[in-house]
Amino acid sequence: MSDAATDPDKIEGPTPDNALRAADQAARPEKVLAADGTPLKRSLNRALRMQKMRALLLIAPLLLFVLLTFIAPIADMLFRSVENQIVSTTLPRTTAALGNWDASQDPVPDETVFEALYYDMFLAAEAKEHTKLGTRLNYEETGISSLFRSSGRKLDDIGEDRIDALEDLNETWEDAAFWFALMSGPEGGEKDAALLDAQRERMAELSGHSYSGDIGFAPAAAISALLPRATRAYTAFAIFTAIDDGDVVAEEEPWEAVKIALSEDLRDPDSISALEDYSGPGAAELRAAQPVMADMPPLDFRQAFLDIDEDWGDTDNWQTIQIYSPSYTSGYFLNAVDMEKTPDGPQFRDEKERIYWLLLKRTLFMSLVITGSCILLGYPVAWILANLPMRTANLLMILVLLPFWTSLLVRTSAWKVMLQQQGVINDVLVWLGLVDDSARLIMINNQFGTIVAMTHILLPFMILPMYSVMQTIPPSYLRAAKSLGATNWTAFWRVYFPQSVPGIGAGSILVFILSIGYYITPEIVGGTTGTFISNRIAYHISSSLNWGLAAALGTILLAVVLILYWAYDKIVGIDNVKLG
Amino acid sequence: MVASDIVITETGRKPAGFYVPVVAAAGAFFGVFVGAANGSTLMGLLGGAVILAVLAFVLVDVLGTGQEKAGRWGSIALFAVAGMLLGGVPGLVVGGLAGWFFGWFAYWVGFNRYRAKLVPYLTSGQVLWYYTFRVICGVIFFFLIAPIVVVMPLSFNAENFFTFTPEMLRFDPEGYSFKHYRDFFNNPDWQQALWNSVRIAPVATILSVSFGTLAAIGLSQPHVPFRRAIMAILISPMIVPLIISAAGMYFFYSRLGLQGTYWGVVLAHAVLGIPFVIITVTATLVGFDRSLTRAAANMGANPVTTFFRVQMPLILPGVISGGLFAFITSFDEVVVVLFVGSAGQKTLPWQMFTGLREQISPTILAVATILVGISIALLTTVELLRRRSERLRGMSPG
Repeated sequence: MSDAATDPDKIEGPTPDNALRAADQAARPEKVLAADGTPLKRSLNRALRMQKMRALLLIAPLLLFVLLTFIAPIADMLFRSVENQIVSTTLPRTTAALGNWDASQDPVPDETVFEALYYDMFLAAEAKEHTKLGTRLNYEETGISSLFRSSGRKLDDIGEDRIDALEDLNETWEDAAFWFALMSGPEGGEKDAALLDAQRERMAELSGHSYSGDIGFAPAAAISALLPRATRAYTAFAIFTAIDDGDVVAEEEPWEAVKIALSEDLRDPDSISALEDYSGPGAAELRAAQPVMADMPPLDFRQAFLDIDEDWGDTDNWQTIQIYSPSYTSGYFLNAVDMEKTPDGPQFRDEKERIYWLLLKRTLFMSLVITGSCILLGYPVAWILANLPMRTANLLMILVLLPFWTSLLVRTSAWKVMLQQQGVINDVLVWLGLVDDSARLIMINNQFGTIVAMTHILLPFMILPMYSVMQTIPPSYLRAAKSLGATNWTAFWRVYFPQSVPGIGAGSILVFILSIGYYITPEIVGGTTGTFISNRIAYHISSSLNWGLAAALGTILLAVVLILYWAYDKIVGIDNVKLG
Repeated sequence: MVASDIVITETGRKPAGFYVPVVAAAGAFFGVFVGAANGSTLMGLLGGAVILAVLAFVLVDVLGTGQEKAGRWGSIALFAVAGMLLGGVPGLVVGGLAGWFFGWFAYWVGFNRYRAKLVPYLTSGQVLWYYTFRVICGVIFFFLIAPIVVVMPLSFNAENFFTFTPEMLRFDPEGYSFKHYRDFFNNPDWQQALWNSVRIAPVATILSVSFGTLAAIGLSQPHVPFRRAIMAILISPMIVPLIISAAGMYFFYSRLGLQGTYWGVVLAHAVLGIPFVIITVTATLVGFDRSLTRAAANMGANPVTTFFRVQMPLILPGVISGGLFAFITSFDEVVVVLFVGSAGQKTLPWQMFTGLREQISPTILAVATILVGISIALLTTVELLRRRSERLRGMSPG
C-alpha cells in the first residue's frame, strides 16, 4: 500500500506537483489526464475492467465445468419432469384426430381416429416404440401397457381380406421391385421432397435417432398426389428399411399397412377420377385393382381394433391418451402430490392411494426430529468445547472430527451392528438383565433406527458451526450477569443463549438440508417405515423406471432445499461455511 | 482458566453422613446391573449399597489420606476377585475397572476433592450441576465415538457374526482372527472395488483441485462481478441433495453416452469435490498478503513465476487440505456412483452398500476398520496442514 505521507498525489498544500495540477485544472477544467494522455477516468475504468476480466477468466473454466457437469444435469431433470413428447411423437396423427373428440358426446372415438391409430401403431410397432408408449401411459391408467403390447402383435391381421384380394388379382402386388417402381415414378420425374423430409423428421422423433442419409428412394410427386396415404406409408417403410434395417428398398416387399393404405386410396373418389389421367409406372395395374377395391366392403378400423382387444372401447383409456397428448404435462407433478389429471381437471387420488404426501410429511417430520435431537445433543458439547482450556478442547475436538471424517458407510454399518436384534446394544441390555432375551428390542428397519443413525451422522455438522459461534462469546459476559445478581438460568437464558442463536440457526439449516435429501442411511437402516422421499426417487429411477415422476419428486425436493439454501445464505452467508 | 494442579478451594474430610450415602447410592446403581445379570435385581441393589457404604467408610475414615495408595489398590483387588468369581475373565476386567473407579470416587467425595478446582463461592447445587453437565457431555461424546470404536474389535471376529461372541468376551484367542481381512485381500470383488476407488478418486481430485484453485484465486480478487451468484453456483454441488444430483446426472449423462463409463464417474466426483476446494482455498487466500505478488512483479517476475514461486507455496497447505476433502468426498461417495457408474465402476463404498443391503459377511467391518484408519491419517494431515498454514500466515508481513 502506498503511504499517504510519501505519496505525492496525497499531500495537500503547496507543492510543485499540486501547483502544476492546479494550473492544469485551470487550463482544462474537469479533464484530468493519465501519464499516457488519456483521461484519468477512462484509464481507471480500463484498469478496473482489466482486473474484472482477469478475475472472470480465472473463474471461467471452473464455472463452465460446473455448468456442464452439474447445472446442466439438474436442468435436464427439471425438463424431464414436464416433458411428455412420447405420446405425440409415437401417435402424431391419432393425437391430432383426438383433438376434436368429446368423451361426453361419444364414449369411443370415431373411425378417423382409429384409422390414424392404425397407421401410427403400425409404424411404432415396426420401430418397436409402441411398448415404450404403453409403459408410459400405464403409469396413468393401469392396463394400457398390455393393451399396446398385444395390439402391436396383431396389427398385421387387420384388412387381410383386402390384401388377399389385391394379391389374388395380380401377383405383381407381392413384388418388391414393382412397388419400388410404382412409388419412385418415371426416371427423372418430379419428386415429392417435402413428403420425404416430413417422414424422416417424424421417424426421428419417433425413435430418437437421426434418419438423415441416402435411402435410395424418393417418392414421385405424381403418385404422391394420386395415392397420398399409400405414398406416405411407403415412404416411411422405405426410410425404415434403408436406415434401421440397412436393406435395399427395392428388394423388400412393403408392409401390410402400405397395401391397406393403397386399398383405401383406391376407394377414394378423388383418386378414382385422377386415376384416369395417370400414366406413370403401374398405371395399368392400378386401374385393374381400382374396381375390385371399390367393390370390397368398407374396412371398419374401429371394429378391427375392438376385435383385437375390447379395451380399445374403454373410454378411460382414450381419455388418458387425449389428456397426455400435449408435449408438456403437469401430470408428473400432480402424481408427485397425489393428484391425477382427469377430464374435469386435476383431482386428488383416493385416500388410500395418497403415498407421496405421506412420504413428504414423514421426510419433513423426521428431518425436524433429527435436527432437534442434533440441537439437544450438540449444544452442550459445543458449549463445553468452547469453554474448556484450549488443550483439552482440542483433544475432545478429535472425538467430534473423527466421526466427521469417517466414511458414511462405516458409520451406517456401525449402527447396523449396534442396533440389530442380535446386535451390541441388545446383547448388552440382555446381559444386564434390562431386557428379556426373548423380547429383544426392535431398533432397526424403522423410524427409530433412521433417527438415531442420522443424528449421529449429522451431529458434527451441528457442533462445528455452534462451536465457532460460541468461541466468539466472551465468558466474562456470563460472569458480569451473575455479579449483577442474575441466577445461573437467567444469566444463561438472557445473556449467553441469545448470542449463540446464530450458531444454532446455521447448524440447524445445514443439518436440515442434509437430512431432507438423505438416501444411503434410510435405505440401509430405515426398513419400510423409516424411508425418505429420496428412497422413492431412487426406486422410480432404477426399479419402476418412471423417470418423469422421479424427476418431478426430485424437483419438489430441490425447491425445498433451494429455499433453505437461500435462507442459509441470507442468515449465515455461503462464504462463511467452515470445514473442520 | 486454571492450570490443572492449582487448588482453589480447600479440601478436607467431609462428614460420614454425607459421603457414605452418596457412595452407597452409586454402589446401589452399579449393583442393580450386577444383580440383574446374576439373577436378583433387589439383592444387587441392597448388596451394592451396603458393600460400597462399608468400603467408603473404611477408605475415608479408617485408612484416610495417609494410606490412600494401599486403600485404592485394595479396592481394585477386591472388586477384581469378586468379578472373577461372578463372571470369569470379563468379570475380572469389569470388576477391576469398577474397583479403580470406586476407590477414586470414595476419596473424591470423602475429601471434598470435587471442589478443588472450582471457585469457593459456588453453592452445592451449582457444583452438582457442574458435574452433571460434564457427565451429560461425556455421554454425548460416547455416543459420537462408540459406534466407530465398536466396529474395530468386531472386525477381528472369528465367526461370521455382527456381534461379540462369548469367546471374544472371554478374551479367548480362539475368538479372534484375521479371516475377514484375509477375505478382503483375497476376494476379487473387493479387490476390484478397491482398485476402482483408487483409480477414480485421485483423477477426480486433480480435476477439482486444479479448476478449484484457479477459480478461488479469481474469486478472491478485489473486483469480481456477480461474486455472490458465482459463489452460489460453485457451492451448490454440496447443498443439492446427492440423490437429486445423481438423478440429474444419470438422465443427462445417459443422453451424452457418459453413463456407465469411467469418465462419467470421474467428472461427477470432481464436481462434487469442488465446493470443498473452493471453501478451503478461499479461506486460505483471505489471509494472503497481496503486496507480495506486487513485490514479485516489481522485481521482474512474470505472473506465472509469481504464482508458482510466491503465491502457491504460501497457499499450498490450504490447497492440499482442499484436495484431501475432495479426495475423501470421492472415496466415500456412493449415491452418485450407484447411478452414474455401471458394474465396471463398482467402488469400495458401493461394494459396502451392496454388502450391507444383502448382509453378506462381516468383511464389511474389516473394510470399515481400514477406512477408519485412513480417515485418522487424513484428519491428522489436515490438522498439521492447518497449523502450518497459520504459521506461514503469521510469518508473512502485513
